[in-house]
Amino acid sequence: MTYRWDWSVLVSEPYLGWLLTGLGWTLLVAGAAWVLALAVGVTVGVLRTLPNRAARTFGTAYVETFRNVPLLLQLFVWYFVLPELLPAPVGNWIKRDLPLPEYWTAVIGLGLFTAARVAEQTRAGIQAIGRGQAMAAAASGMTLAQSYRYILLPIAARNVLPPLTSEFLNVVKNSSLALTIGLLELTGQSRQIESATFHGIEAFTAATLTYVVLTTVVIVALRAVERLVAIPGLMARA
Amino acid sequence: MSDVDPDLIKAVAPFLWNGLLTSFGLLLLAMAGGGLLGTVLAVMRIAGPRPVAGLAAGYVNGLRSVPLIMVIFWFYLLVPLVIGRPIGAFTSALVAFVIFEAAYYAEIIRAGIQSVPKQQLAAALASGLGPLQAYRFVILPQAVRKMLPILLSQSIALFQDTSLVYVVGLHDFMTAVSVTANREGHLVGFYLFAVAVYFALCFVASQSIQLLNRQSVSP
Amino acid sequence: MTISAVRLASNMASPIVPAAVEQPATIEIARLSKNYGAIEVLNDCSMSIRKGEAVVVCGPSGSGKSTLLKCVNGLETFQSGSIVVDSVSVGDRNTDLTRLRSRIGMVFQHFELYPHLSVLENITLAQVKVLRRSKAEAGEKAMTLLRRVGLGDKAGCHPAQLSGGQQQRVAIARALAMDPIAMLFDEPTSALDPEMIKDVLDVMTELAGDGMTMMVVTHEMGFARHVADRVVFMDGGRILEDAPSSVFFAQPSTERARVFLSKILRQ
Repeated sequence: MTYRWDWSVLVSEPYLGWLLTGLGWTLLVAGAAWVLALAVGVTVGVLRTLPNRAARTFGTAYVETFRNVPLLLQLFVWYFVLPELLPAPVGNWIKRDLPLPEYWTAVIGLGLFTAARVAEQTRAGIQAIGRGQAMAAAASGMTLAQSYRYILLPIAARNVLPPLTSEFLNVVKNSSLALTIGLLELTGQSRQIESATFHGIEAFTAATLTYVVLTTVVIVALRAVERLVAIPGLMARA
Repeated sequence: MSDVDPDLIKAVAPFLWNGLLTSFGLLLLAMAGGGLLGTVLAVMRIAGPRPVAGLAAGYVNGLRSVPLIMVIFWFYLLVPLVIGRPIGAFTSALVAFVIFEAAYYAEIIRAGIQSVPKQQLAAALASGLGPLQAYRFVILPQAVRKMLPILLSQSIALFQDTSLVYVVGLHDFMTAVSVTANREGHLVGFYLFAVAVYFALCFVASQSIQLLNRQSVSP
Repeated sequence: MTISAVRLASNMASPIVPAAVEQPATIEIARLSKNYGAIEVLNDCSMSIRKGEAVVVCGPSGSGKSTLLKCVNGLETFQSGSIVVDSVSVGDRNTDLTRLRSRIGMVFQHFELYPHLSVLENITLAQVKVLRRSKAEAGEKAMTLLRRVGLGDKAGCHPAQLSGGQQQRVAIARALAMDPIAMLFDEPTSALDPEMIKDVLDVMTELAGDGMTMMVVTHEMGFARHVADRVVFMDGGRILEDAPSSVFFAQPSTERARVFLSKILRQ
């Protein structure tokens, strides 16, 4: 089998436009899913550290549910199964009138899946602080809420920045699964180009390089944030 | 969803079972291949001369920057080209998984090696073992034992990742369920069934790892 | 033993001697027992601390002294007995523990300064959020206390930039900033290098001299002998001795205490 090369494919229309559209969707899905993942994930992670047993059990149930099912299957459940299980008027609205259902499904599916992982990292970050800090806060008369808000969460946030960086990168990479429900993000578009032009190597290279650049930008940016919020006097960041 | 036909179940069961076997096949082969390649990469990075270490680092960082689906597409395209003739989806998918997972296993094993006290290597070399022997008989066994829980967790993640062969139409469990669901029109039932199966398998596996962890820590 | 017996009796009963009016005990622990499942940690402990008294609680490791201390401000729970602090019952379900804790200061073995806040912020945080003082008022109080412990120039530093002894002095200032009615010290010098212990003990000595009600769990027998009014000796979850410090050091009445003293004073 021989392969015909043509790199100009990448810079000519409509293929360049396809790639850019794909990149746009990748960023939109990853961005929105990450916001959802942080909001839900930090909450669930905190729940798992509270003295209240019901809160802890709920948190554990959430994490176990979303971590033991493949993301692809979760997306399919949100996209195909949920509209059927909801009461008829809501289900029908989702199926007919909701604009961009693939986008919202991808955001919710990816967001809630990632939230389980963020929850675990948040929990580990809080538990790494050690009971002494919580005791000192309690001893001075702070309520549980105050001790979380002023002491535990600010310290945990710094502990958790490196794992959260990797988690954000995972979100960017996992956004590629949206193509399975019809949302053509970057990977999906490169496949489209491959099918249309048979210049798969060029198309995939373009997409791959874009991912590498995205990853590098994120890592550099988040390392700068780490340095900015580092606690003075503790081990300097390499 | 309520009208579950037992004959239907009987008819599709073998197809789904084969899908599950395919998933397990991919898992085990990718664990073996990826684990081996990952170990080589980790040792290259830690003990190799500069260019070798750089190459390994480039490989690992590069593969960790790219989605798995992208890698699957790459090898689906490349393997037949390189070999010179069309090849089954299973083989190209397997190559993709081995190459991809090796990067993740490499990082875990590298962390494990770094946690072994440096004097262990010195002691092994001082006793006359060559560097490769030192790694094989002294360092790596300790590194792997330490990281076993994390390696196993990564393998559970790998098992879930096998579902992505859906994008090249390979009939693993996930794809088999999807094909069946669409053919029979019982999307809800079949997908929820798939959720139950994956959840049961992964939950039991992760709980077993936790048990293993606790047992090895207590004495 | 007789002297302390009289003291104990006068603490618990109504004033016997009209000339000097006895203050009600600030901290009153009565028949306190605590267990973790099958393990008995505290067994029928009773003691009291009057306003202005400095009491040292000592004993071998595992004797329950830190646990007893933490029961006083509700950081540890107990199964039977009672603790009353300034007329507030600690074990009572209806007690606002949060509010009680804001009136008791505590100093920990590992300082527990908040690493992400500056020294000044460490001292003002609870003042502002719990006592609702203005930032300016809290800041002034913090600076006064920092100067008092000899660290006026460290206000802008972060805890990790200070030595252990400095951190502990900041921790004491942080507790004092709440204007507590009593101070609890949980082995305040046990985690310090020897050359820093004196600085911290000096601050505590001054505090005792100013009339602060103090309950101090410590191995520092010098402090116990020269600064404390009374010494309480614990072993195996029980209070074995409770005597004025001069009596305790001159003639401990139990064998266990004698052995303990001989070992610890050998240093």
